[in-house]
Amino acid sequence: MVLFGIKFVFLITDILLFTLFAIVIAYFTYARRHEHIYAPWKRLLNNKIAMGTAAVLLCYLFIAFIDSIHFRLPAEQTTQVQSSQAQNTQQFQSETLSVLDILLASLREKNETTYSAPFASHSFTKETIEQEDGQQTRIYPALKYGGTHLSEGESKLADILIRSLPGIIKGSLLTLFALLLIAFRNKQKHQYSFRESLAGVINGSSGAQWKPFLIVLGAVFILAAVIAELSSVYHVFGTDKIGSSVLYQSLKSIRTGIMIGTLTTLVMLPFALALGIAAGYFRGWIDDVIQYLYTTLNSIPSVLLIASAILMLQVYLDDNQDNYASLLERADLRLLFLCMILGVTSWTGLCRYLRAESLKLREMDYIAAARTMGVGHITIITRHILPNVMHIVLITVVLDFSALVLAEAVLAYVQIGVDPTTESWGNMINSARLEMARDPAVWWSLTAAFVFMLVLVLAANLFSDAVRDALDPRGESHAKP
Amino acid sequence: MMSYIARRILYAIPILLGVNILTFLLFFFVNTPDDIARAQLGDRRVTAEAIEQWKASKGYDKPMFWNSDADSFKKLSETVFYDKSVRMMFFDFGSSDSGRDINYDISQRMWPSLAIAIPSLLIGLAINISLALMIVFFRGTTIDTAAVVICVFLLSISSLFYIIGGQFLISKLLHLVPISGYDSGINAFKFLILPVIIGVISGIGSGVRWYRTLFIEEISKDYVRTARAKGLKETTVLFRHVLNNAMIPILTGVVVILPLLFMGSLLTESFFSIPGLGSYTIDGIQRQDFAIVRSMVYLGSVLYIIGLILTDISYTIVDPRVRLN
Repeated sequence: MVLFGIKFVFLITDILLFTLFAIVIAYFTYARRHEHIYAPWKRLLNNKIAMGTAAVLLCYLFIAFIDSIHFRLPAEQTTQVQSSQAQNTQQFQSETLSVLDILLASLREKNETTYSAPFASHSFTKETIEQEDGQQTRIYPALKYGGTHLSEGESKLADILIRSLPGIIKGSLLTLFALLLIAFRNKQKHQYSFRESLAGVINGSSGAQWKPFLIVLGAVFILAAVIAELSSVYHVFGTDKIGSSVLYQSLKSIRTGIMIGTLTTLVMLPFALALGIAAGYFRGWIDDVIQYLYTTLNSIPSVLLIASAILMLQVYLDDNQDNYASLLERADLRLLFLCMILGVTSWTGLCRYLRAESLKLREMDYIAAARTMGVGHITIITRHILPNVMHIVLITVVLDFSALVLAEAVLAYVQIGVDPTTESWGNMINSARLEMARDPAVWWSLTAAFVFMLVLVLAANLFSDAVRDALDPRGESHAKP
Repeated sequence: MMSYIARRILYAIPILLGVNILTFLLFFFVNTPDDIARAQLGDRRVTAEAIEQWKASKGYDKPMFWNSDADSFKKLSETVFYDKSVRMMFFDFGSSDSGRDINYDISQRMWPSLAIAIPSLLIGLAINISLALMIVFFRGTTIDTAAVVICVFLLSISSLFYIIGGQFLISKLLHLVPISGYDSGINAFKFLILPVIIGVISGIGSGVRWYRTLFIEEISKDYVRTARAKGLKETTVLFRHVLNNAMIPILTGVVVILPLLFMGSLLTESFFSIPGLGSYTIDGIQRQDFAIVRSMVYLGSVLYIIGLILTDISYTIVDPRVRLN
């Protein structure tokens, strides 16, 4: 699709992620109009931990979203191309970029030659340099981009602090803007005066705990603004073996992590819902068959099932290399397949919960009443059973998310994860883990990947606990070991 | 009791059959032996003779299910399905793609796996349960909340971090134990300390949180109120009554994973280069040795099903209320 002279590229995973966002938005617009569905979400809005972690999750989701809008820029027109090609076919660069790539263009393009520590002004390894008088010396060469503005003997710490200041101010202004935006929205909605509305947001009496949300959001904004300021002259997270920025890699990895956490669920949900409810509702031989199916799948150790499937996919991709236009498409297909196979291994748990719940629900009086009135099976399931098992689905979805993000790193280590060319935390860890044996150790690549992963998983875990408390009327019964 | 166990074992047979057929389809139908040969031989424009030769040496050159050239019973037995799947059903794994006897490898490699898995499990269990009991003792206070937050934090850390961080801290900075490797007999001890410690620490977050939930659920039951009403001390209530009754879910939770201990841990074993079944599996995956991966899939499923049967049996032993039907 060509718009404004830019060719948009839609990868399969992009489309699925947009679909997922659309479903979530549609669900919430629907829920807003139905008080009984919306009630648990209101409880969630009043949970301090949920609101605080939601800010972090939203930031991650936003980055994943803008990293999923792919396009190819128009190629610079050269005379050669113009003469040989027809005038009206536009040429595009071979490289597919995302919106995030454009925003981080300065990070992406400032490549050093090899490792350099965070905030370093000199390379991590010694190199032999020939001086003007012909003598060779082994020195730590100065970096091309990192810390070049510093003169000899100038204090680096002072420079970093001074340069952070504008970042702190920008981040605070952005947070203030968010605060005013929320207050303004509340004013429109509840017809308060602006002052009342602002006070409501700050002291948490406006129906939602905006204070923890804004505090966390502010922390993220300030951190991001400071890092952005410092990135213009330093490599804040250092550079890796081929000299590319670790910060850039960590940010690009967010999309992979989010994709694995969410698409897996999207892929498995239809199976788990249909089979789980069918087994519980119809019982008899249908129940037997479905139970047999998931016991069999469940008894295969999941890592081994994933490994076998990925091995087979590799063989398939090797044999059909010509069918894929670009490496990116190939890597994307592998990511999608990984989500699908992770889905196959993880739907059994949800299926079992759904079966047990449907078994209980089908004996309820209101379902018996519906049946005596001659309501069909399909209607009973969609009208009466589905809405009543939705809380189980939601709880499992959020609980599984963090486990899936963590699993990606482990799978990358076993070399059955995402494609080696895809940026992911697992691939970062895998390529950097041997460098810990160096002396002094190259620790920044690993640390950056672990920190980005920890923040996402911790936020997701705390958020899912809050969701469980809000949605599950029976308390902690779904806690898994 | 015997008839119950027999029935459970009979019920396991169709599941094993399903696993067996599923792995067969996954390994031989998604990609034909020709594709596998081409991937194994590396070059994409490899000759037809080389493929035939590779297939013949691995026994993939026979027909899939039905050999119409052979006579009587051999029509069934001279096939890939019989060679690979039916034999595997009876634990005859044959030889790996690199020509080693898989059964022999498994019998050698399961001991190092157990040497790590059993101490990790026992020490982990003891530590997790005592920590959980301690937290439950302080339930409803700030200590309880803080402990739960710490647990969530610990379980949010990637297991890779525990291993890499542990190796770096204890072996590289402090030089306390060797970074990786294995030795036979009593000498293995110094190689086992670090993996066991890391295994225990990485399990604390999820373990303590899970046992805390169990104890809290137990503590709200009527018999606990009765015990308190009798005037028993809180410690007596916790250790004599709650712990005893919570042992039922704890025990059955452990029994399920007991057989799987043989398989070892994929990550720990390969990071510490311990020659167990876990690193065997990883090697198989990384060298694309389909025979090994297939055998481990089947072995893992068998052990899991044994675990399920043992759980059902242990339920009937520890909880007299559970009927065998």
